[in-house]
Amino acid sequence: MSIQASMSADSQILTINVKGRFDFGAHQAFRSAYERSGLTPRQYVVDLHETDYIDSSALGMLLLLRDHAGGDSADIRIVHCNPDVRKVLSISNFEQLFSIE
Amino acid sequence: MRSEGALPRPVDPEAAPLLVLVADDNPTDRLILGRLVERLGHRVCLAEEGKQAVSLFVERQPDIVLLDALMPVMDGFEAARQIKQRAGEDLVPVIFLTSLTETDALVKCLEAGGDDFLTKPYNPVILQAKIRAFRRMREMHQTLQSQRDVIAGQHASLVRDQELAKIIFDRVAHSGSLSDNSLRYLQSAYAMFNGDILLAAHRPSGEMHLLLGDFTGHGLSAAIGAMPLAEVFYAMTSKGYALRDILLELNSKLATILPVGIFCCAVLIEVNPTKGLVEIWNGGLPDVMILGRQGELLERVTSTNLPLGVASRERFSPDPKVLVMHPGERLLCWTDGVIETRNGAGQLFGDAGVLRVIDAHKGEPEQVFDGLLSALSQFHGSPEDDVSLLQVVMPERDHLPAPQPQPLTAAMDAQQDWRLSYTFRAQAIRGQNPLPFILQKLLSVAGLRARAGALFTVLSELYSNALEHGLLRLDSAWKQDSDGFALYYQERSARLQALEDGWICLTIDHRPDVQGGELVLTCEDSGAGFSTVRSAADYAGRGLALVAALADELAFSEQGSRVRVVFRWQLGHTPEA
Repeated sequence: MSIQASMSADSQILTINVKGRFDFGAHQAFRSAYERSGLTPRQYVVDLHETDYIDSSALGMLLLLRDHAGGDSADIRIVHCNPDVRKVLSISNFEQLFSIE
Repeated sequence: MRSEGALPRPVDPEAAPLLVLVADDNPTDRLILGRLVERLGHRVCLAEEGKQAVSLFVERQPDIVLLDALMPVMDGFEAARQIKQRAGEDLVPVIFLTSLTETDALVKCLEAGGDDFLTKPYNPVILQAKIRAFRRMREMHQTLQSQRDVIAGQHASLVRDQELAKIIFDRVAHSGSLSDNSLRYLQSAYAMFNGDILLAAHRPSGEMHLLLGDFTGHGLSAAIGAMPLAEVFYAMTSKGYALRDILLELNSKLATILPVGIFCCAVLIEVNPTKGLVEIWNGGLPDVMILGRQGELLERVTSTNLPLGVASRERFSPDPKVLVMHPGERLLCWTDGVIETRNGAGQLFGDAGVLRVIDAHKGEPEQVFDGLLSALSQFHGSPEDDVSLLQVVMPERDHLPAPQPQPLTAAMDAQQDWRLSYTFRAQAIRGQNPLPFILQKLLSVAGLRARAGALFTVLSELYSNALEHGLLRLDSAWKQDSDGFALYYQERSARLQALEDGWICLTIDHRPDVQGGELVLTCEDSGAGFSTVRSAADYAGRGLALVAALADELAFSEQGSRVRVVFRWQLGHTPEA
């Protein structure tokens, strides 16, 4: 598991890349990816193209990000999910909370 | 509290005196070394040979030991071994005093547990440097030991907390009516501590409520969520609330108390054997499957809702799917431990694995449950340890759970001579189900408590008859097949939300007498009524047939928009027993 965060040049979009297993082990790294002080992006992109597994604690982390980003007014896109990851997200009906592409 | 000036001054670790044990059989050497050590600011105790050194060590507990190698009675090697053994896990540096220079002899010193040598004649500078070095080593060792003890103590208390949490969680997560004949379930110990929860309870009117849930998080955090979940589920079910009301309350309770990121994926089910219906709500668990009497897959109920504790009240959808289930048909559901089981090669058991098992047991559906378990353990290669599995078989219609009779007090209850009347208007009807509230009033009559189940059934039938046919003008004829049922309940929910006018009036009149009492329930609605009274055999009219069977009298008036039911109860015996 490794997590990388990168800010767009105009500081509007924070992209978080999760590589490998997205589970409880990623908790600290995922949190610090968006909690670093001074970050106020308009939109968050969680890029899961290198994520091969996601569990329910990762769903919890996504909810924490959503809460951090303003709850119902948060703008968070989850992109490039493989079919297994996509399935976990849709069983929990996370489409209702995030824009999943 | 002491003033700052009175606090003891921190001791300079390099200056504080140590107690040094010196053992040498040569009196001159012993004296010289003793003086030398004292001149460096330390205290000394002296031994003449090994045995005395060991007993002095036990008695005085010196910080550092200086041992001559060759001594009478007990030599330095044996003394070093015994001192090290008695010191246990404390670090007591043992320095050999030796004029020996052969490699073999020096190795022997170290093998006996010595930490260093000091060669004769003694050089005071080297002696001082060695004492300092070993003092540092000893202090580092002590720091490590005390930190280790703190960590071990904290770990032990953490483990104790986890064990307590597990005990509480197990008691809460695994209780209620789970012993019901129609149920079969498996919850592995590991799954339970992983936050899987299974609850079952009966409504007063006989329907069974089931909850299979999976909390994110483990141990303590799961236990914390399980408590209010179980409390709300049991309390509301026993008061007769419908699945929808319970779901709303569970969701808002969990959303309020659980931290963001912890939630509960769940399936809630109501099994109604009298009507042959199930209600299923799935928020975040794998598909619920319904199998026919031959084991064929009839229906899958996919999760269409957010898990409990995630959504705000406005966003949360508490409407279960209503399905017809005939006696002998079975419902299966599980947590994601089942489909997410992986074999040695990392492949998922998955949906496909479940369907293969179902397919393989066509014609013998009673084997599916065991079939799934053995398929999982074969696939996984070892006994599966993270699985919660539930099976419900729809019971025969006449196989109703007997209500628990309660002892009656054999005295006339003159205080219970009353009449009450409630009129519910559109806004109240749209919101919540008023029946549990009414039932609580009725149960204040001790003599009626034994008939709580029948009373609640009758109340619910009268109320839903008034609501569905009187106010919402739904046609029972739709309910002739599964599709019709789905349409009926979809339409019911849509029309209920759009309800603007109308009322339902419930009047309850209770008169005690010397034998017992008489209860008259009247239910009237603002609807137009129905022109033909259905026959009891009619599929759709089963509700009113039930009322006729349970009550002592049943009569319609005002074209059916007014129904009157009479119950009589007698002191000293239980009518339903």
